Amino acid sequence: MEKIGVYLCQCGGNISNTIDLQKITDHLKKNNGDELIIKEFSHMCSGAGQKLITDDIKDQKLDRVVIASCSPHFHEKTFKAAMTKGGLNPYVMEIANFREHCSWAHKSQPEIATEKAKDILDASIAKARMDFPLEEKIMPLGDKVLVIGGGVAGIQVSLDLADAGQKVTLVEKLPTIGGKMAVLTKTFPTEDCSACIISPKMAEAQAHKNINLITNAEIENIQGHRLHFEAKIRNKARYIIENLDMDQCLICTKCVQECPVTTNNYWEQGVIDRKAIYIPAVLAIPFKYIIDPDTCLHFKDGSCNICEEVCPQNAIVFDQKDEVVDVAVDTIVVATGFDIFDATEKPVFGYGKFKNVVTALEMERIVDHISEKPAPPRKIGNRIAFVQCVGSRDEQVGREYCSRVCCMYSIKLASLLKQAKPEKDIYIFYTDIRAFGKGYEEYYKRAQKMGIKFIRGKPSHFEENQFSKKVTLTVEDTLSRKIIETDFDLVVLANGLGLSKSTDNIIDFLKLAKSDDGFLKEAHPKYKPVDTLVEGVFIAGAVQGPKDIPDTVTQASAAAARVLATLAQKEFKLDPILAFVNQEKCDGCRLCLDNCPKEAIIMNKNGKAEVNEALCLGCGSCIASCPTEALDLYSYTTAQLYNQIDAILNNKQENETRILIFADDSCTYRLADALGVRKMKYNTDTRIIRFPSSGRITPNLMLYAFKKGADAIMIGDCHKKSLRVPWTSQVALQSIKKTNEKLVEAGVEGDRIIFHEFGAGDLNIFINKVDEISESLKTMDKITSETKEKLCQRN
Amino acid sequence: MPKKLKFDYKGSEFLDKIVKLSGEIITLCDQCGTCSAGCPFVEEMDITPSQIMRKVLIGDMEVMDSQTMWICASCFTCTVRCPRKLDVSKVSEALRQVKLRQAVDKMDISDISAEEAKRLPVIGLVSSFRKLTG
Repeated sequence: MEKIGVYLCQCGGNISNTIDLQKITDHLKKNNGDELIIKEFSHMCSGAGQKLITDDIKDQKLDRVVIASCSPHFHEKTFKAAMTKGGLNPYVMEIANFREHCSWAHKSQPEIATEKAKDILDASIAKARMDFPLEEKIMPLGDKVLVIGGGVAGIQVSLDLADAGQKVTLVEKLPTIGGKMAVLTKTFPTEDCSACIISPKMAEAQAHKNINLITNAEIENIQGHRLHFEAKIRNKARYIIENLDMDQCLICTKCVQECPVTTNNYWEQGVIDRKAIYIPAVLAIPFKYIIDPDTCLHFKDGSCNICEEVCPQNAIVFDQKDEVVDVAVDTIVVATGFDIFDATEKPVFGYGKFKNVVTALEMERIVDHISEKPAPPRKIGNRIAFVQCVGSRDEQVGREYCSRVCCMYSIKLASLLKQAKPEKDIYIFYTDIRAFGKGYEEYYKRAQKMGIKFIRGKPSHFEENQFSKKVTLTVEDTLSRKIIETDFDLVVLANGLGLSKSTDNIIDFLKLAKSDDGFLKEAHPKYKPVDTLVEGVFIAGAVQGPKDIPDTVTQASAAAARVLATLAQKEFKLDPILAFVNQEKCDGCRLCLDNCPKEAIIMNKNGKAEVNEALCLGCGSCIASCPTEALDLYSYTTAQLYNQIDAILNNKQENETRILIFADDSCTYRLADALGVRKMKYNTDTRIIRFPSSGRITPNLMLYAFKKGADAIMIGDCHKKSLRVPWTSQVALQSIKKTNEKLVEAGVEGDRIIFHEFGAGDLNIFINKVDEISESLKTMDKITSETKEKLCQRN
Repeated sequence: MPKKLKFDYKGSEFLDKIVKLSGEIITLCDQCGTCSAGCPFVEEMDITPSQIMRKVLIGDMEVMDSQTMWICASCFTCTVRCPRKLDVSKVSEALRQVKLRQAVDKMDISDISAEEAKRLPVIGLVSSFRKLTG
């Protein structure tokens, strides 16, 4: 028989003024005899209270400890530490939530509260009897980081981490790093040259001893989990030999002069052409030639090898092969950035069809070259229109969100243009101007002062004049209520931002989640903005949502700090509350595999299921799918839960009602805590059982609860959006469906199981839900004992 | 002088009624003007479609006297372009319904002599009374 120490905390009157602790002691003695060691103390969390536990563990040789005190979310850590100090495993301790769930919530009804407290404590003791020691596995951590994406975010993360001594692998898909920022002409609102700010950073990233820069590369696969990842990176061939003594490219430009192929330079957004062998930009890092196999004639039909002939260094090698590099890292930062909205998706703009409709990125390059002598590469007329909200705030193309930067970059481009060429007549068509940042509103005002005209209205009709190629816009000036129809020489679309397409592969490899706007989802929008739901994977920059440069850099540094905080621990503890498989019971049916989206369950060589402990999140969703009850969850085992349900309903009188609440630990349980803290009253028939998530519930547990006298069951989980484990509610709903079928079969009337997703602030919703159930129970007949017998095989 | 408008329950009731009738949540309107600029009949209207939305939102009953809702051909150009996926033509239809249910008779029966009334078909008379509604 286990020796259990039960400690009743008075909490300085917070508990003992409502709950009659003497009655509780008597109740325990009556039911358990002298088997328990029961002690009452004013503050169990104090040093003296903890000493009581540690001393008893030693002197009385306790095996289990139950503490009736405040919510485990307050002092679980304190008491776990005391357990370790006393020499017991911290996982053989249970906390009965007397304060938040009982004495505070039912302050005005001390007698009923005392009865409820008996149930809570009985359940905790029942659970504690079956607790067993659990070990936290420790995994070592290295100092290697993979940064995906070489834009401003990726560069900043890499530099911060490299400066701190971490070994960084920076991977970029294009031949040069710098991202979209290197393409911009100037930055708002200071109008300093974008390339001048980023190019020193790019050079630094290349030269840093702790950064391994891989450009023109693609991530083929990432395997691994938590804090150990293995990435396969395909470094695509440039067809140029570098860094060899004999055949080294000297960048003499002879090949470029001779190359017969002329094509659009994507880096210049098509404003300036390039050859098939090229360096994308003057500020390209690495500053190396590359042959583009898509346009090069040699790769097309083998008809041309002029560059190979003219190269004095024999540096061109057409049969160079891609190189595949394997990198093992401890953490990953995803900084793959954004793509601008493809305006051809909405044909009304005429983009791609009309010559004089351009994207904002094209305009960046046009403005960058505007003062070139003798003539700029692209001539633009004098009447210029900027059209805002192209692919943002437009539900017709499925983009509800504001892209945050378009107002400001349009104002910037218009201002730069006006300063360079004051004769230009510039109109900005907007719905709302959002100038939210430091110095932004002032910048907007400056543009107005320059004579740039802001028209409040969204153009709805675009037409190209066949001969002049001018574009006619139709728009309502919503302030004067005039319909305007007028010609422009150039229409600049302010394209919104969307997640870059190349991120999709990364999402697949790492099993990341997207938020509703299609960008990557952060672990928590407020206090974990750069973490993801996958441990060891962080996000920085526009992958998380549209951002301007200062915000991106801030977030990149934040991501670097989070990586450092993670890696600085040198080791990493796995939470031992994980699923496990009873190998004897498992019959290898593989049903559980579908219920685990983390793919944490694998089939071992004996053909039985096994849990990959490094991947398991401990949500318990797999258990409901197991027909043989072989799957189980440490600390919330099926046997423990049966015992808990048994004990919590054991004291129920014939005329009483019980609403059993299976509360998920992260939302519903805390919500009930919050109700207690605010002394908000709710139905006293409720009994709350702590659950890891709603997915842990199984039809058998629910049926057993009804058999033991529960009249109704409420299952709570988090809002899907804020869920750490977003699939649990699905599993719970399935279980509920099955249970309801069984209930109907047995002849139990009425809707007795309620599922709800609670947010942290849904205090009144919780109270109302309970009241609703209570009201509807009044109209239902009690479940008769004959019916109960039919419900569940287990006794 | 522009007339002063009071924000009162009448205005809110009017808005609620139109929202209920049209099924469109008019308070979602961003006033971007896309509907007006795309409307093929906007030149025939006294106020623009986006003005209709605004006036209903602020509970300005003057909207009932405008001709716009009668000119609206329900061609749905505005509907397919609205960035908030609102259906402006449904709002027009709702306004027309409200107007029709006011059952204003523009013809006075006392103007018709008994003999004339005898000769006219009954159904023709009824429709004449309602013909100029709005």
